[in-house]
Amino acid sequence: MTDIVNSAAPLLSVDGLVRHFDVSAPFLNRLFERLDRSYVKAVDGIGFDIGRGETFSLVGESGCGKSTVARLIVGLYQPTAGSIKYEGVEIGPSEAAQDRKRMQPHMQMIFQDPYASLNPRWRVADIVAEPLRVRGLLSGKREILGRVGDLLSQVGLSPADGERFPHEFSGGQRQRISIARALAGEPEFLVCDEPTSALDVSVQAQILNLMKELQDRLGLTYLFISHDLAVVYHVSTKVGVMYLGKLVEWADTKTLFENPRHPYTRMLLDAIPDLEMTGRQRIPVAGEVPSPINPPSGCAFHPRCPHAEERCRAEAPVAQIHDGVHVACHAVADGRIG
Amino acid sequence: MTAENNQPLLSVRNLRIEFPTRRGTLVAVDDISFDIAPGEILGVVGESGAGKSLTGAAIIGLLEPPGRIAQGEILLEGRRIDDLPYEEIRRIRGRQIGAIFQDPLTSLNPLYSVSRQLTETIQTHLSMNERQARERALELLEEVGIPGASERIDHYPHQFSGGMRQRVVIALALCAEPRLIIADEPTTALDVSIQAQIISLLKRLCNDHGTAVMLVTHDMGVIAEAADRVAVMYSGRIAEIGPVQEVVRAAKHPYTHGLMGSIPHIGHHVDQLTQIEGSMPRLQEIPPGCPFNPRCEQVSERCYVERPNLQVAEKSEVACHLFDAPGLEVRAGD
Repeated sequence: MTDIVNSAAPLLSVDGLVRHFDVSAPFLNRLFERLDRSYVKAVDGIGFDIGRGETFSLVGESGCGKSTVARLIVGLYQPTAGSIKYEGVEIGPSEAAQDRKRMQPHMQMIFQDPYASLNPRWRVADIVAEPLRVRGLLSGKREILGRVGDLLSQVGLSPADGERFPHEFSGGQRQRISIARALAGEPEFLVCDEPTSALDVSVQAQILNLMKELQDRLGLTYLFISHDLAVVYHVSTKVGVMYLGKLVEWADTKTLFENPRHPYTRMLLDAIPDLEMTGRQRIPVAGEVPSPINPPSGCAFHPRCPHAEERCRAEAPVAQIHDGVHVACHAVADGRIG
Repeated sequence: MTAENNQPLLSVRNLRIEFPTRRGTLVAVDDISFDIAPGEILGVVGESGAGKSLTGAAIIGLLEPPGRIAQGEILLEGRRIDDLPYEEIRRIRGRQIGAIFQDPLTSLNPLYSVSRQLTETIQTHLSMNERQARERALELLEEVGIPGASERIDHYPHQFSGGMRQRVVIALALCAEPRLIIADEPTTALDVSIQAQIISLLKRLCNDHGTAVMLVTHDMGVIAEAADRVAVMYSGRIAEIGPVQEVVRAAKHPYTHGLMGSIPHIGHHVDQLTQIEGSMPRLQEIPPGCPFNPRCEQVSERCYVERPNLQVAEKSEVACHLFDAPGLEVRAGD
């Protein structure tokens, strides 16, 4: 990937983003059973910047809040607290709804499941044309059809495919249709939530290649959500690792993969099957991700961490910058591991 | 490891699975043969629709109608099991062949506690009373690494996490000490860290009990990690079968070669991944000759007319005309 120097301000800047979901028992149960309100802290204070033309990836296991971040950024959820700035303009809280409306054409989303994200009763041409109609980008049947044809050819389908229905396409082709639909809104910024997880590897390679090619051609910026570290390594310029609603490490792709600092990042990298067959002995980490309703005290990773000590159990670590790497870990900060 | 050294535990000969439909018969699995040696882990990879799960289902007699075995035979320790009456195959299933499926939530009954499901299975296959069966269930849960097994045994499936549920399913499959386990995408629904735990568990158990496993998955990483040999399936046929190092490091069939190249690797950066153009043909549209011919870069006249059969190429077997003439070894790609 070409190196893009970011002298200018970041395209998207997220700071102290929080989203809690209320999962309390019904009012009467709370009253009679003396239960407190309970919340899932799906996203609990995360911050990062994405520069123009970059691909920023969020990785983590299921339930770590990575998809919630994606939905917060495109405005499908409202944040509980924190700020999201797009080109320096606040688009996070609901007061800024006016600004969001202005911004949204620049932002589109690609979803994980290409079977669920396309309306089965619409023809492909109508699906791809919807953003054009809603945004009022083009009027006139001819212009719209012409543009739809262009978009379909851009993603490697034929303009004649517009006449067909989604069920006539394979998973990979459907994901191409989703991408064509996202591109119809002429976005600068694409949020991709696990775009290849539902696809076979050979098809995944086609979609990843297509996404890269479109990025080079159209100068797109991606926020890429995935649980597959190998895919993330392939596509990203920067990577953020999430654990239980928090960003535990954030760095350039190369730095993060060559020199992971946070014990959780190391664990994730260690858990990847060894395709090279080097005979590397894997040490499977014990334990599972704890419940986000009742996260462990202090650092949320401490029950699974081999380097945990008193301080980790009591005090939540704050991200610090070490050689350009943002790490939230007491052990790294104290120089116990490096 | 080669299967020829001793009698294979499982032997599949010329298996063909068909689905009769109104618009003609669809052939989902077309004339495949392979063996599994005792204690061996055979990986079966392929894209969705390649026929790998159907092959597994046929072996345990769980092929759903109208799908049927049209030809060929399945031998377990030399005894034919594909034509047995329902009651007899039911006794073999669970007793001699265990099964692990992809989604641990749907393969457990949500209305029964784990102990009831385990003891029921144990008592079906082994002559044990209630107490002995419960003891055995407890041992199994401890063996698959469920912490606090004595308290958790009376819990219901929804009280377990995904990884723990899959451990329960593995315990269920191991109940009667089967000789063979069919594991159909056992780690696909799990996170990477849990996946690593489950794979190492499966490997350890097979080692301890001498159980053979047919590991069906689309994840080459899982295969590289766990399997001894691997069969690569494409359009209902075996494209390549051989020792896992051989197939992973020096893939011979152009399809396997493309498949390996399309997997992103951590550590070596490439700008574009190897791409196999097109997609696997639908069952109605499988071309004559080699089914891979529309996507193959090294296709020749012969590939359109004549179906390639598996033949020995170095340590593996490959179904590709490139390997027909001896001495004329053309490496795919490179």
